[in-house]
Amino acid sequence: MDATILGAAVINGLLLGGSYALVAVGLTLIYGVLHIINFAHGSMLMLAMYGAYFLLMKAKIDPYVAIPLMVAVMFAAGYLLYRALIGRYSHGKDENILLITLGLSIVLENLALFFFKGDTQTITVAYSDRMIELGPALVPLPKLVSFVASLALCAALAWFIARTDTGRAIRAVAKERHGARLVGIDVEKIFAVSYGIGIACLGAAACLLIPSFYVSPSVGHLFVIVAFTIVVLGGMGSFVGALVGALIIGLTESLSGLFLGEALGQIGIPLIFILILLFRPTGIFNR
Amino acid sequence: MNWKIPAGLLAVALAYPFIFRSNFAINFGVLVLFFALIGQAWNIAGGFGGQLSFGHAVFFGTGAYCSTVLQLKLGWNPWPGLVASAGAGALVGALIAALSFRFGLKGSYFALITLAFAEAFRILANAVEFTGGGLGLLIPLKRSAVNFQFAERIGFYYTILALTVLSIGIAIWLKCSRFGARLAAIRENEDAARALGIDSYREKVKVMALSGALCALGGTFYAQYYLYIDPTLAFGVDKSVEMLLVSMIGGTGTVYGPLIGSLLLALVGEGTRAVTDAQGLSLIIYGGLLILIIGFLPNGLVDLFKLRWRRKARA
Repeated sequence: MDATILGAAVINGLLLGGSYALVAVGLTLIYGVLHIINFAHGSMLMLAMYGAYFLLMKAKIDPYVAIPLMVAVMFAAGYLLYRALIGRYSHGKDENILLITLGLSIVLENLALFFFKGDTQTITVAYSDRMIELGPALVPLPKLVSFVASLALCAALAWFIARTDTGRAIRAVAKERHGARLVGIDVEKIFAVSYGIGIACLGAAACLLIPSFYVSPSVGHLFVIVAFTIVVLGGMGSFVGALVGALIIGLTESLSGLFLGEALGQIGIPLIFILILLFRPTGIFNR
Repeated sequence: MNWKIPAGLLAVALAYPFIFRSNFAINFGVLVLFFALIGQAWNIAGGFGGQLSFGHAVFFGTGAYCSTVLQLKLGWNPWPGLVASAGAGALVGALIAALSFRFGLKGSYFALITLAFAEAFRILANAVEFTGGGLGLLIPLKRSAVNFQFAERIGFYYTILALTVLSIGIAIWLKCSRFGARLAAIRENEDAARALGIDSYREKVKVMALSGALCALGGTFYAQYYLYIDPTLAFGVDKSVEMLLVSMIGGTGTVYGPLIGSLLLALVGEGTRAVTDAQGLSLIIYGGLLILIIGFLPNGLVDLFKLRWRRKARA
């Protein structure tokens, strides 16, 4: 095996992992606080990607400029979705909430199919084809931007959760919801806010992904198993775990593609998912 | 046990192709029965067994590929292939269940691991040689009943009817048998069931094998009906979701729920196709129905019928 090819695969894998990080952090936040598995995560990402796509096509707003707007819109969407739908069912059987979010993802995906048709859409911006030399690898500029911005946003979110009052309330609810209620925290509101933040991460992720990726009604499928694998790998609800897990999964995807070939290489992710669920369901960092 | 309902339904199903003779009508009947079959297979694991699965396509695809590969590569006749498929489906079901339940997975985690298994099988079928890779497998046309390729659609109709009757028969048996009672105990409270001396691990593996076998029968039928199979058709998320929807909307853990769900879904499908060419409308309705059912009719549409019967009985 040529060292340059291997080096390039490692770099590409890490970049890929970086772009998964935000998606996974959103999912793990929702799980950590609400203890629900948000199966609609992939289709919400798809929706956000269409949002970024149409902002560029119809309003000529560059995806990177659109980040604050998409974050705000997705936060509001998540908040309202929780208040209107998910919150009503989330305290019963956990299977029910999984089914509700599955139903939601079916509806969202097919609404997209109905209105936007099944075609794959890509965008071209001035920097789409700019390549940067990074050691042995030649990487597209948007992927590098996506990696750096994604990690920076994760760090910002970690700071928010660690330092602000809302963040403290979120952590309190995640640890001990009854205790949190007793000290006067509006638990339902924190649930909705957390769900909103988890979905807001997708708004940013979508804007970062779209210049180097494509969007179609079923694009969310690609991210569903990947995001679940990352979250389970890092330990459900763990922030750092999701971040490290994302990088590991990005590397796995890139390296298994290199060694096993394009078709068989995809098996790395479901395989890791199965093995982790069976043997270490608490994740690799928890004891 | 009330035999009037199954006998009446069977009479209607047997007479249907003589009343509605058009190809369209027979095809409609075949699809309703096909989805009732795989919905019932899902229901036996997800409803009666209480093990929610998001990846039942793994059994469906196993069945479809098993008989087709045996036919194309080893020259098997598809009828023994159908039996072999059921065996393969049962085996895969037992293996996945044995692994998952041995390590104590349940609820949402079991649902997710079945999804991952289906995805792994899809990727394998896509990557290895003998499944034809991403191109899939085309079964050569040779019309004869011996060859599972009926010259008339009505032959397919009665074949799928027989399989669906078998699946409903198994559901009725689960309602009445001790095995079904043990499953119900596990579903309602696994710890209590174990305290009563039920080997919950064994019962859950058994029900998954049973469900896998039935689902695989549906897979073989699908491959023979369309004479084509590829990794996404066989193992894709769409199939898993369709089975789940049929069963959830009709009523999980009930004998006739999957049949009702399948009939409703087929009607909605044809209805939306009459209104618009655009894709997706029917699934928007199914997804919405799923949410409504979970929210308001946790036992599915069957409850509506039960309500009416009860009212009639009182009047």
